[in-house]
Amino acid sequence: MVNIILQIAGGIMLLAVILSLYRFFKAGSLVDRVIAFDVMTIISISLIALITHFSGRTIYIDVAIIYGLLSFLGVIIIARYLEKSL
Amino acid sequence: MEVLKIIGALITLLGSVFLLLGSIGLIRMPDVFTRIQTGTKASTLGALLSLLGIGIIYLDIAGKVFLLIVFILITNPVSSHMLARAAHYIGVKKADVTVVDELEDFENEKQKNETQISE
Amino acid sequence: MNLIIIIVLSVVMVVMAITAIIHKKLAVAVIATGVVSLMASVMYLLMAAPDVAMTEAAIGSGLSTIIFFYVLNKIRKAK
Repeated sequence: MVNIILQIAGGIMLLAVILSLYRFFKAGSLVDRVIAFDVMTIISISLIALITHFSGRTIYIDVAIIYGLLSFLGVIIIARYLEKSL
Repeated sequence: MEVLKIIGALITLLGSVFLLLGSIGLIRMPDVFTRIQTGTKASTLGALLSLLGIGIIYLDIAGKVFLLIVFILITNPVSSHMLARAAHYIGVKKADVTVVDELEDFENEKQKNETQISE
Repeated sequence: MNLIIIIVLSVVMVVMAITAIIHKKLAVAVIATGVVSLMASVMYLLMAAPDVAMTEAAIGSGLSTIIFFYVLNKIRKAK
């Protein structure tokens, strides 16, 4: 029961990845692409948490912690680059 | 114990539905600023709920999951706010239905005061 | 389920890698490289190598994006 519900949740998350990929290509400016990148990062963190369940090893959640720490810095540095104040 | 696991799985399903709604909003919104708004609010709530569900299913990693939830809740609004500020300063076009822009009003006010002082 | 995740993420990875090669603006190419690293990290995790995935997340998606944008800023100032 738990397995089936989590598989449906994984399918929905993969659909969300495809939709944000569409926004990456039909973008008006660079900011649109950065937003799509940010949304993909957050979906990947949730997907790593689901893979923790599918593989049955709880040590995998550490990778999600590293990811949440470092994706923040990338978006901050792009915003400073656009603002011309790096 | 089985009931608790099913509740956690349903919370994760709800979180993934919120992630999908965030992506649909990313496609349907007319403007960069509204896209930033939908892409950060719905995605933050979705990631938070799905991590919470995994933390309920596996109670032995609940501490790590709680740390991750707190971190996402702090950093994600900050980064999207900085992105919106940068988009405003480089002059991204706003949608036609935009009614109010507080930052532009503030800048105009400040400029007017400076010219009065110099005169 | 693992097979479906691998197929979808590989399609995203290949599309992003082609974009990084053929796109004219450098900033878009750097962001596309970041997405390739992100998907590669999840794929390493599916292949049961969490240490490699951690390194890829730290260096490929975090550090290299920061260094590339620092260099692009230097180039813009020198013009």
